[in-house]
Amino acid sequence: MKYIDEYRNKEIVLGIAEEIKKISTKKLRLMEVCGGHTMSIQKFGLPYLLPENIELISGPGCPVCVTSREFIDKAVIYSRMEDVIITTYGDLIRVPGSFSTLDQEKAKGADIRIVYSILDALMVAKKNRSKKVIFLGIGFETTAPASAAGIIKAQMAGLRNFYVYSAHKVMPPAMATLIDEGVEIDGYIGPGHVSTITGEGIYMEIPKKYGLGVVISGFEPVDLMQSVLMLVKQLEANNPKVEIQYKRVVKPEGNIKAQQMLDEVFTYGDDWWRGLGILKNSGLKIRDNYSMHDAEVQIPVEVDPPKEPKGCLCGEILKGVKKPKDCKLFAKVCTPSNPIGACMVSNEGSCAAYYLYNR
Amino acid sequence: MSKTKTILLGHGSGGKLSHDLIDSIFVKYFDNEYLRQQTDSAILNAEGKKLAYTTDSFVVDPIFFPGGNIGKLAIAGTVNDLAVSGAIPKYLSCGFIIEEGFSLKDLETIVKTMAEEAKKAGVIIVTGDTKVVDRGKCDKVYINTSGIGLLEEKYTGISTAQNLQAGDKIIINGSIGDHGMAVMAARNELNITAEIESDCACLNSMIKGVLDISENIRFMRDATRGGIGTVLSELAKSHNVGIHIQEEYLPVNEGVRGMCELLGFDPLYVANEGKVIMVVASTDADKVIKELHKSEYGKQAAVIGEVSDDHPGSSWLETSVGGKRIIDMLSGQQLPRIC
Repeated sequence: MKYIDEYRNKEIVLGIAEEIKKISTKKLRLMEVCGGHTMSIQKFGLPYLLPENIELISGPGCPVCVTSREFIDKAVIYSRMEDVIITTYGDLIRVPGSFSTLDQEKAKGADIRIVYSILDALMVAKKNRSKKVIFLGIGFETTAPASAAGIIKAQMAGLRNFYVYSAHKVMPPAMATLIDEGVEIDGYIGPGHVSTITGEGIYMEIPKKYGLGVVISGFEPVDLMQSVLMLVKQLEANNPKVEIQYKRVVKPEGNIKAQQMLDEVFTYGDDWWRGLGILKNSGLKIRDNYSMHDAEVQIPVEVDPPKEPKGCLCGEILKGVKKPKDCKLFAKVCTPSNPIGACMVSNEGSCAAYYLYNR
Repeated sequence: MSKTKTILLGHGSGGKLSHDLIDSIFVKYFDNEYLRQQTDSAILNAEGKKLAYTTDSFVVDPIFFPGGNIGKLAIAGTVNDLAVSGAIPKYLSCGFIIEEGFSLKDLETIVKTMAEEAKKAGVIIVTGDTKVVDRGKCDKVYINTSGIGLLEEKYTGISTAQNLQAGDKIIINGSIGDHGMAVMAARNELNITAEIESDCACLNSMIKGVLDISENIRFMRDATRGGIGTVLSELAKSHNVGIHIQEEYLPVNEGVRGMCELLGFDPLYVANEGKVIMVVASTDADKVIKELHKSEYGKQAAVIGEVSDDHPGSSWLETSVGGKRIIDMLSGQQLPRIC
């Protein structure tokens, strides 16, 4: 495949691995905060190629994993309503809530449809005018602009039966909180897709205030190895800064149009993250101007405060304090076919990635 | 959250959930020495002769897809289950469950394909059954086929991999993931135009060719639902051997790779309907590959790895960039109604 194979070239990857080994002297903990990176690192077996003093740890980069049980519980309640069709990305469907999963509700007859984009959800709304079609909006700056575009489109097309239930979040507050909480990290492998939208500006505080390096990385093995090399170079020279490795996609200023759309539809609010708790201004709430498409405003439901499952270390794992293998439930009670915590559900979750590729 | 109380689509995926279901319900109540083997075909004793006996149901959606239809699948699936057990497929049964309102023309097309495919494979359909259900109670048509094959005594150890040894070579007869991605692309909901054809085919004559030239075929399995990943992982676990695969030798067609990238699938776990994993004594690997290359279904045959003493019980992949990772059974649902 053109434009992919070049970034999966064995000689180049092994060459970079060699260079890293040559120049690296310090013990470094590098965190990736993007589920796509987690999966790619495990899928290509990259930790195996790095020297022992460099440890890759996974942070809260999987949107499904950081989403609260309350969100799932409410989605389940929505799905039980007679006149509601739930549209969702596939990975949410198996996430355990406090008392059910969307998967189980679907088996019982709820109308839950997996879509690959919010545009598909809009089509469902168009074809089913007598039903309320709720799109479960999760994801970071990457998917939030699509949700914004969907809401604007629904508004323009007068699709009054289309709603978004937003659990969209933004990444920088989480990255800062991890350091504030004392998680040992020397550098961030910056999220490629998030940064495509936001640009590099959102990370500038991290080297200045905390002395950590940030390299915004692509998703292929060559990208990731090169990003590790760039971080090692920065940190060996005591010169932490923000750099873009993923230059073929990420522009320093980001995608201005997407940023404008985000700003048009969403405003910041406090939000709950698994493992991190409530983070100030870390959630994207739908603005009043668009509240006719806000499921939480138009179809309010109440659920009991959810309980986190006993023994599940998802929270600690999301902070990079613990690894999946440290969890007593991992691969014994908690498996992808019977997930206890969200990290085991999503393809991009650390536990799922470790279960599949690195046990 | 404890285990589910209802059947989920994942229970039919051919992966871990399916295995758990089979063990916890079917084997629990039906238990006997034949079933316990859980091989592709049951190997039965009949008056001193060995018979291989198997059954399979087909619910693929859509029923017509590039490279085949549900009928071709129903013949090939059962023929291949017999053939990989080392048997010569002979007699098939077929049962139809048809939805009220289904087009007779489509039914005829399907049946005609089945007849052609059976003829090619040298099997005959000797008995059958037809049921029609109310509109909406099934989706167009479902087919079940059972098959009986004759098995020579010397091949009885193949399906259980009795003689598996460290150093044995692992061979596949061609590219992986074609069937799963062809069916996926044929579903309208994705709006993907991809030139991917299902690999759906009867492999019995190719397999017989291999058995005729080598006495050292240790194991065969057709890698259908769950993909080759599930087959390899199962084999490593059940025989407590290490299995090492090299990604760079794995044949994957360009269209399949592209679609897997796009949808986030791993070709290792995507269904095939014309692929067999063979484990062969290393001394015979070259001649088996040569023999496979002679068949139209084995043109891309390759040695993809070997059995070893390292990491017993698990299956490993050396990735295309030189990293290493584990190959586990498919967990949960990858694609529903793929066959």
